[in-house]
Amino acid sequence: MWENIKEFASTFFVTGDPLIYGADVSIALTMVAIVFVLTKYKKWGWLWREWLTTVDHKRIGIMYLIASLLMLFRGGVDALLMRVQLAFPNVEFLHSDHYNAIFTTHGTIMILFMAMPMMFGLFNMVVPLQLGARDVAYPFLNAVSFWLFMLGAMLFNLSFVIGGSPDAGWLSYPPLSQNDFSPGPGQNFWIWGIQISGIGSLATGINFIVTILKMRAPGMKLSNMPLFSWSVLSSSIMIIFAFPILTVTIALLFLDRFAGAHFFTMGGGGNPMMYLNLIWMWGHPEVYIVVVPAFGIFSEVVATFSKKTIFGYKSMVWALMSIAVASFFTWAHHFFTMGTSASVIIFFAISTMVIAIPTGVKIFNWLFTMFRGRISFKQPMLWTIAFIPCFVVGGATGVMLAVAPADYQYHNSYFLIAHFHQVLIGGVVFGYLAGIYYWWPKLFGFKLDEKLGRWGFWFWNIGFYVCFMPQYALGFMGMTRRYYTYGWDRGWADLNLISTVGAFLMGIGFIFQVWQIAYSIKHGERDTTGDPWNARTLEWSIPSPAPFYNFAVVPTVKGADDWWLTKQAKENGTYKEEPAHLEPIHMPKNSGIPFIMSLFFFLIGFGFTFHWVWMAVIGFIGVALCMWARSFQYDTDYYVPVEEVRSTEASLGRVY
Amino acid sequence: MSQHENHGDHHNHGSLKSYVIGFILSIVLTIIPLVMVMNNMLDKTTTVIWILVMAVLQFIVQLFFFMHVREGEKPRYNVQTLVLGLVIVFTIIAGSIWIMMFNKY
Repeated sequence: MWENIKEFASTFFVTGDPLIYGADVSIALTMVAIVFVLTKYKKWGWLWREWLTTVDHKRIGIMYLIASLLMLFRGGVDALLMRVQLAFPNVEFLHSDHYNAIFTTHGTIMILFMAMPMMFGLFNMVVPLQLGARDVAYPFLNAVSFWLFMLGAMLFNLSFVIGGSPDAGWLSYPPLSQNDFSPGPGQNFWIWGIQISGIGSLATGINFIVTILKMRAPGMKLSNMPLFSWSVLSSSIMIIFAFPILTVTIALLFLDRFAGAHFFTMGGGGNPMMYLNLIWMWGHPEVYIVVVPAFGIFSEVVATFSKKTIFGYKSMVWALMSIAVASFFTWAHHFFTMGTSASVIIFFAISTMVIAIPTGVKIFNWLFTMFRGRISFKQPMLWTIAFIPCFVVGGATGVMLAVAPADYQYHNSYFLIAHFHQVLIGGVVFGYLAGIYYWWPKLFGFKLDEKLGRWGFWFWNIGFYVCFMPQYALGFMGMTRRYYTYGWDRGWADLNLISTVGAFLMGIGFIFQVWQIAYSIKHGERDTTGDPWNARTLEWSIPSPAPFYNFAVVPTVKGADDWWLTKQAKENGTYKEEPAHLEPIHMPKNSGIPFIMSLFFFLIGFGFTFHWVWMAVIGFIGVALCMWARSFQYDTDYYVPVEEVRSTEASLGRVY
Repeated sequence: MSQHENHGDHHNHGSLKSYVIGFILSIVLTIIPLVMVMNNMLDKTTTVIWILVMAVLQFIVQLFFFMHVREGEKPRYNVQTLVLGLVIVFTIIAGSIWIMMFNKY
């Protein structure tokens, strides 16, 4: 009996690596600390009522944000471990297997569990406020999306202490990801972590399309909707068309592994290249899914901090929406080297170059918005200005990669690594950070400290160039991705060391930002007006932090940048105060079902990961029961009485 | 939230009968290709054509019985989305065939 348990534990838990043991200890200590604090301060009920069961889009947004920052930390530590291993030739810091696991989890986490939730966090925090709505179209579904993402991410992260991490690359190409080469549970963790959170992403896409099309305040036509909301619409359209492809592709891979099917196997009529073809049909739109909302953020930030209407609003909308369609026509450039007909390569090379055009249009629009504007260099604007040169260079190297004959040289070299990090950090991360700094006061009621933020900003920016510029050169010198070590004779030592220094500078930048948040909670400048940046769109017309029902009175919109128009009218004395008429506000009730249902989804994933079908069956039954329970729940909403609205508004300094 | 009521359904979202018919049709359309492939009933090209035909029929069944493509008010978002969806489905299938044609071994 005891022997059996010991044997089970030695395969179930990851053993043998001091780094992992360290992680085990820190995870256990953190869990104990959380349980202790929650129990000591009697916060379990608060946690359940205020957070685990909430359907409020702002709280869901905050939870997304916290989760994504934690994942940024995890993915960042992975990156630093890799850079330590590569800092000098012949380093024996990580074993080759461990290195493989780390670059796999780094990529998967950064895209799917860092960029995606940070994006969904911003969607949730901003879109309903910007549209003058009281919540998203389907608040319950929104909570389901969040918890599916969260439990999927946790399932994935569990892999490094239980069962072993996936190590077949962030997109897990077969045949390496098949049973022959990846027999353990690690690959299953990858499949189920992404599968479960992917359902959540798809639901979020649907939710925001409906919200944007149906929930806009009266008077807000699509043609004067703020650009961030337009970018969310564009991104959500790509989500609903791209994520089903991912779901199906990974389901087929799972069937290969679990049921012995032959979709992507080497023999039996399967074709591994078909997997590449399918996964990049999702993968290419995916990079636009994450970067397009960043474009929306920059549009809001540039207009606000230049004190000007955005230049070329219509061309911006056109560019955002054409990207949503064109992004589905470029996928094959990820595997030019597969070997296919010349006409295929020509088509995809040209479509890849064409998609750079709308992005170029936007760059000029931002520059022209700044031109002769009164620019104030607050933190959101700093990140925006840093983004422009960074993204232009990243985009230009992307067009270099689109030149198919040259791509045979660059393919999978560090040139490629430098390129996509430049567009993903310079575009996505800088963009989301700009957005977080910009909308933070609306969510929390205080600004993030300017001085510490600047330290973080400069460390990030200098660190970025120090880290990735040498990698372009390393690519030209023949260093390909996923090498876990290299010899002195290669001549790559100096540049790799410089690159590692840059990575650590970015790490210091992140520490400054964490410090900045911690410091600002106590000492940050409080926002008493609700409009700390003198901004232009509706979300700034309500108090900060926004009350749970958002708008005491749903505004009537008169044009683009409606809040700016209102402020102008007030200044000119032409503003006519309309008598505000409070009405009871219709709101959704909290529900524990999304959380519980996602726990059952977790059981499905965990069961299939270890081939414990009984556990997966329990999970499926639980999910079905949750859906059943919800279908017959009729008491799902309530009205906030006028008195409560009036007193809440009064406590925020607004009299009705 | 004030614009619409959660309950008090005002659209007709199909009857039990139409759902059952749709369900049975979709299952039949799934079983036919499965049986054909499992029993090696036809040669390869014919099988592929049959599978594609079943897929198209399945698509139509889903649209009419479960997605209620005929219902809906103006603006016709469902038609716009359907057109975009068809473009992308066509791209996925035709693109995959085109790219993979030269990858036979």
